[in-house]
Amino acid sequence: MASSDCANAIGPQAVPGSEPLARVRGQAMTQLPLDLYIPPEALTVVLETFEGPLDLLLYLIRKQNLDILDIPVAEVTRQYMEYLDLMREMKLELAAEYLLMAAWLAEIKSRMLLPAPSVDDHEEEIDPRAELVARLLEYEKLAEAARYLGDLPRMGRDYFPVKVEKPPRLEQWIPPSQPQVELEELANAMRMVMARQSLVAHHHIRREMLSVRECMTRILERLLEAERLLFENLFVPAEGRLGLVVSFIAILELSKEGAIQLKQAGAFAAIELSRPSGTSEPFAVS
Amino acid sequence: MSDDQTVIEVDQLARLVEAVLMCAEQPMPTARLLQLFEAEGVSQMALDAAIEQLKAHYADRHIELVETASGWQLRTRPAVAPILARLEPARNQKFSRAMLETLALIAWRQPVTRGDIEAIRGVSVNPNIIRALMERGWIQVVGQRETPGRPELLGTTRQFLDDFGLKSLADLPDFESFSSQGEAIDV
Repeated sequence: MASSDCANAIGPQAVPGSEPLARVRGQAMTQLPLDLYIPPEALTVVLETFEGPLDLLLYLIRKQNLDILDIPVAEVTRQYMEYLDLMREMKLELAAEYLLMAAWLAEIKSRMLLPAPSVDDHEEEIDPRAELVARLLEYEKLAEAARYLGDLPRMGRDYFPVKVEKPPRLEQWIPPSQPQVELEELANAMRMVMARQSLVAHHHIRREMLSVRECMTRILERLLEAERLLFENLFVPAEGRLGLVVSFIAILELSKEGAIQLKQAGAFAAIELSRPSGTSEPFAVS
Repeated sequence: MSDDQTVIEVDQLARLVEAVLMCAEQPMPTARLLQLFEAEGVSQMALDAAIEQLKAHYADRHIELVETASGWQLRTRPAVAPILARLEPARNQKFSRAMLETLALIAWRQPVTRGDIEAIRGVSVNPNIIRALMERGWIQVVGQRETPGRPELLGTTRQFLDDFGLKSLADLPDFESFSSQGEAIDV
């Protein structure tokens, strides 16, 4: 319960020694002022921490170390009403329960003032406070039980499940889709690339052994960045004829493995490469 | 274990159980594990031994093998929670007293109606709290009381036990034992 510190802070606190607590306009303060100002917002916070009339009542009783089994009803009622007035001043919404409790306290008080009715069949007269005490004790146990629960190590706060990502299920493997491009169209496109190459290839470039596998990876890498690639753009003229052929084989190989998808919107349209539908990540090339 | 042949060694079974528990979405009850290793002819005794071995294996780790209400689970120990919390942006894991008191009442006094909760707490039940507890999967409607209005009876779920590391409600201390004398307020 975050509560009474505020009330305690009001009292004067003499500080032994000459060490000043604070300096106000050059004057050393060795004692907290008696009328220490507490901003109303602070009190609001204190009052709002009560979980209801029982909580407030328990607080009042415990704060003063009163015997819960022998509550001085008059005194507690007076203090309870003070708090209610405070709440009203703070314009806190005063729940009906608080007023109900006030009425109950007043009722108990008045009953205790009245002489107990002489009841013959009961040897023991019933203390008008008995029910209130029972409820307070019950509530106190509940508050303690709640604290116990709150302190229990909890999943997501104190411990976490150890999890390893399961491998994808084999049944869910989707067979690679057939290329949506006629072989002849593909060959035509390649022919065009080759023809264009012959226009530029007037000097011999140093031959470099290009690996088909490497080329496949390079294409897949490019597909990581771009959603789709134009067939023609996959060729690097600087690599020469051999390079073009390697690139072409790489594309065919990738298509066969289902790692890429070849698409052509219509006859003579540009052939496009894309990641196979259904997989967000391209297949790794072994 | 059957006499004719031991298909699977305890060591090996322990490692398999470990992998299964890591990949399982939910805690695994013993019966489910047995079913899983049916083909290997794993007996209850062998499984128990494997679990014991796995427990011992994790004895000096920050991971532990525990049995919750739903079954066996590998989880991190509370001691490393502050470090693990750095992995994720701060989430408010602190519950209000009202929420904890409501949950406590349902846990210890179930099945209870909202009216029961109000009677003991002395304030009306905030519907948001009930909803929040339901969203966490900690409480559920378990029936209706045959009184006027047929109020809903609330109880805790298995999820509640799992999340609070309890095997059953019997793991909770007796409600009457919470008779704090002045502990509630430290003045």
